[in-house]
Amino acid sequence: MALLELHNVRKDFGAIRALNDVSFSIEPGEIVGLMGDNGAGKSTLVKIISGIYQPSAGDVSFGGEAAHIHSPGEARRLGIETVYQDLALADNLTASANIFLGRELKYNLGPLRLLRHRAMNARAAELFAELKSETRADDLVRLMSGGQRQAVAIARTRLSDARLILMDEPTAAISVRQVAEVLGLINRLRDAGIAVILISHRMPDVFAVCERVIVMRRGTKVADKPIANTSPEEVTALITGALEVA
Amino acid sequence: MMAETVQNFSNVRRTRFWQRGFLASQTAYVGLALIVLIVVMSFASPNFLSAGNISNITRNFSFIAIATLGITLVIITGGIDLSVGSTMALTATTTSLTMVTLNNAGFYPFPGSALIISLLAGLATAGIIGFANGFAIAKLKLSPFVTTLGTLSIVRGLTYVATFGRGTAPAGPDKELFLALTSGKLAGMPISFVYLIIAAFAMWVALNHTAWGRHVYAIGGNEAAGKLTGVAVDRVKIQVYVICALAAGFNGIIISGWLGSAPANLATAYELTIIAAAVIGGANLAGGIGGASGAIIGCILIEVIRNGLVLARVDPYWQQTLVGCIIVAAVLVDRFRSLRSG
Ligand SMILES: Nc1ncnc2c1ncn2[C@@H]1O[C@H](COP(=O)(O)OP(=O)(O)OP(=O)(O)O)[C@@H](O)[C@H]1O
Ligand SMILES: [Mg+2]
Repeated sequence: MALLELHNVRKDFGAIRALNDVSFSIEPGEIVGLMGDNGAGKSTLVKIISGIYQPSAGDVSFGGEAAHIHSPGEARRLGIETVYQDLALADNLTASANIFLGRELKYNLGPLRLLRHRAMNARAAELFAELKSETRADDLVRLMSGGQRQAVAIARTRLSDARLILMDEPTAAISVRQVAEVLGLINRLRDAGIAVILISHRMPDVFAVCERVIVMRRGTKVADKPIANTSPEEVTALITGALEVA
Repeated sequence: MMAETVQNFSNVRRTRFWQRGFLASQTAYVGLALIVLIVVMSFASPNFLSAGNISNITRNFSFIAIATLGITLVIITGGIDLSVGSTMALTATTTSLTMVTLNNAGFYPFPGSALIISLLAGLATAGIIGFANGFAIAKLKLSPFVTTLGTLSIVRGLTYVATFGRGTAPAGPDKELFLALTSGKLAGMPISFVYLIIAAFAMWVALNHTAWGRHVYAIGGNEAAGKLTGVAVDRVKIQVYVICALAAGFNGIIISGWLGSAPANLATAYELTIIAAAVIGGANLAGGIGGASGAIIGCILIEVIRNGLVLARVDPYWQQTLVGCIIVAAVLVDRFRSLRSG
């Protein structure tokens, strides 16, 4: 049974049709690459799945049931985590505060619900160790490098038992070595049975970890094929429009 | 597998202890400046540490401190509230007017009832003003500056309308109790100082040890990120403006206790001093930074400087100029410091 299914999803922003009847499905534990030129509608698609936008038309189902995801919180409760393209970090907070933002660990002291600073820092440190990132849990995000910030955004998705992780260009701003680290993580996610949608402009990344690639052009899905049956040249042609459909 | 073949993230930079936490804050060095100033003043003027002078400073300080705590919350979210001075006046006026009205009507079911009803009426007024500000800013997406500039004028106008421009004085059976609770003493301290300590402690706990406080900082740091991670941004913003108005209103009531009346021009232009105190104490108008201790340090610094100028017989008109210079200086120092470490 498919984990996530989109059926004829459409999204209009006023006169702009950002998504035009997009349909696809993702199996549990499947790693799917989502590619397309700037403005093709990739981020919009991610934001629909993660509950930030509502589709103008079409259906989304998750885990076999129709899903109306109205907020990022709801998506999380379903088991959908997201790394946003702009990372969505608060610079003035520590890494650990960012990871736990919106789902802080608390304890009761009489009528008060106070933060468990120590427990959150320890958990965050664990997540960074898992990512093999040297980011420290109690460092301020403002003073971090691009790669560390990316690690924080990715660590956030590992906090709960997600079934689907959406990554919108998780490797855009980081070094070659860190890219390898993120790709390694994606492999481990697959081994743990977690599905990933990876958005990337980097052909080698997609071909290294994905089993399938979906190509979007101007809001329309133009290809959806196993990596084994395609090539970087074909995907490039699809993205640029040199090749209409595959 | 791939993960084993690669090395660690390497381009890391450790945040040194002086670059974070309290030591890294503007609050810390403004606090240091304050201590130096107090030492210098106590040598320069024998009157500075006299009991009478200290109680004088404490009194002026109590006029703005609790409101400064409130506005610091608003500033941390990246907002501003220009209506605090007017809110102080209307709250004090409402409280006073309610006491007078209850007295005239002879309504006094149990001891203390007139005071309780009047305080509730006053604070409800403040709460409504804060809610109106918060709703307009969070839900209607109006700019905090323009919204609260409007409220400043509306609320001040209402104060004049309600009192025919004359002001009111608390009266009736609970008058003594009212004065004791606003301008009296508790354990040798001005009672307003006790309120301030309690309020500051509550704010410190809320900001540093609750999820709500985290969200207040997150909104100031990156509002969009807050929304994406499921923070109830609009609700927290409204709450912050309500708390700010309540703090200002409560502070207004205290002032009317010290003065023994609530003139219609009470706390006129106090918003400037209050914002200045918050900013000097380290609240960043760009949002995301600030705290209770900073608010208090800012207030004390402003009052100590004013007081020092009075003791030195400097023309009072210079005071305002100097306070302005200190604001700029504090922000400039912070700017240079963050340039260096950022
Ligand atoms: N909130 C919005 N309001 C109006 N138009 C929008 C909005 N968000 C996206 N769009 C439009 O929808 C289209 C698709 O944008 P989207 O961000 O999904 O592209 P993308 O594929 O993620 O591109 P990139 O590779 O640059 O990240 C663009 O034309 C964009 O201008
Ligand atoms: Mg995008």
